[in-house]
Amino acid sequence: MILQTSLKHIADAEAHSEVLKNNENVMVCCGRMGPMCLPVYDIMEELQEEFPQVEFRDMLFDNPHAAVIRNLPEARSFMGLPFTVYYKNGKVVEATSSIQSKEQITEILNRELN
Amino acid sequence: MEQKHYDVIIIGGGPAGLTAGIYLARAKAKTLILDTGIIGGQMVLTHQIANYPGIESTSGYQLSTTMKKQAKSFGCDIKSNINITGLEIEYQAKAITVNDNQVYTAPAVILATGGRSRMLNIPGETEFKGRGISYCATCDGDFFQDKEIIVVGGGNSALEEAVSLTRYASKVTILHEFDRFQAFQHAIKEAKENPKIDFIMESHITAFQGGEKLEKVTYKNLKTGVVSEKNIDGVFILIGYVPNTEMLKDTAVKLTPRNEIIAGEDLQTNLAGVFAAGDSREKRYRQVTTAVADGTIAALSALEFLHNLKSK
Ligand SMILES: Cc1cc2nc3c(=O)[nH]c(=O)nc-3n(C[C@H](O)[C@H](O)[C@H](O)COP(=O)(O)OP(=O)(O)OC[C@H]3O[C@@H](n4cnc5c(N)ncnc54)[C@H](O)[C@@H]3O)c2cc1C
Repeated sequence: MILQTSLKHIADAEAHSEVLKNNENVMVCCGRMGPMCLPVYDIMEELQEEFPQVEFRDMLFDNPHAAVIRNLPEARSFMGLPFTVYYKNGKVVEATSSIQSKEQITEILNRELN
Repeated sequence: MEQKHYDVIIIGGGPAGLTAGIYLARAKAKTLILDTGIIGGQMVLTHQIANYPGIESTSGYQLSTTMKKQAKSFGCDIKSNINITGLEIEYQAKAITVNDNQVYTAPAVILATGGRSRMLNIPGETEFKGRGISYCATCDGDFFQDKEIIVVGGGNSALEEAVSLTRYASKVTILHEFDRFQAFQHAIKEAKENPKIDFIMESHITAFQGGEKLEKVTYKNLKTGVVSEKNIDGVFILIGYVPNTEMLKDTAVKLTPRNEIIAGEDLQTNLAGVFAAGDSREKRYRQVTTAVADGTIAALSALEFLHNLKSK
């Protein structure tokens, strides 16, 4: 299964670390094609224009390589899809569980990835 | 401040709004759909739709994508994830302000804002969302393998999802505010016969507590007033839907006591040129098919309204 979004996907752990190495600001949404995840991908697709300095990616939650996200200490208490992680210079600066609104996402991007 | 004029503005891009968009744009009316969220509405929330005639089985996401494509192909403008910050629909020239800086005007407006999951609105609910509290059993069920959970609600979706969650959870407690369920008999029977399901009736959860994750709920028996606590790993809140009509409270649009929009057979509200379609209006059956039917009627009525306006 793949994610049917127009976002660039992260295929495996190697690609994940490449993205972090090559970009200062990265937002990764790790989920499925479900009702809590789709709105987040949709918002990311729209925000690409507004935040050109941020690399927006998604990753399939059921991909074994998504352990790079699932096993983050920041996601230890997460029990709702999607897991969304914001990275600055390769380090996690914020992470959320479950659906978020456009305001919530914009607030994090402005605060952490500017 | 940017201003743009349309023939019809549709507020809400679920199946009702998209259908109205298809009909209007195809009839060459200049049409705009505005949505505060994702296009497709509650349809996107549906993993599988098997009762939409003509399509054997599809995902809500797929059906939404196709409807959106169809509306766009006829020239309908669509804007999603926007904020409506001003709404003036009382007069002949109607104006809708978006994100404080764009004003869209039109002689006719269709209200198709649908509904959303009801929240409990009690302490801890927002804090533990995604950390034990969920509104979607199909999405998050597998995080609760061998864990104890509560399902709040007493309708069909609560009972059916409680049964399906027993595939993962070691124990499911259904917590409901009344002494009986408002669901189909077969759904009640299936839940009652499931050995993993327990019941707490006539009770309300009053607080969620925990550290990083949800650990405990406090609940109150509404009859005896006794307050108890229960250690728990997860709570699924499935307590029905509310119409998205908050923004109409300060307008003259007539609502029922349950805040549903009142409309006539032509789906015009009490305001001239303001129509309603889909789940946000007062009606008995809320389905994709009925939303699509409403969208059609509202669009055709709006076209007639525009025609009469021009010939005046
Ligand atoms: C879990 C679930 C499963 C379902 N399964 C089925 C099924 O199998 N078959 C079936 O036929 N039906 C099903 N339904 C019902 C069906 O989804 C709804 O009846 C239908 O989507 C209603 O369409 P609508 O266009 O009226 O509203 P909605 O689909 O709710 O769309 C309304 C849109 O308006 C937007 N909006 C809300 N407020 C505003 C505002 N103030 N300004 C601008 N935009 C706004 C919302 O973001 C949304 O996109 C299901 C519903 C749910 C929740």
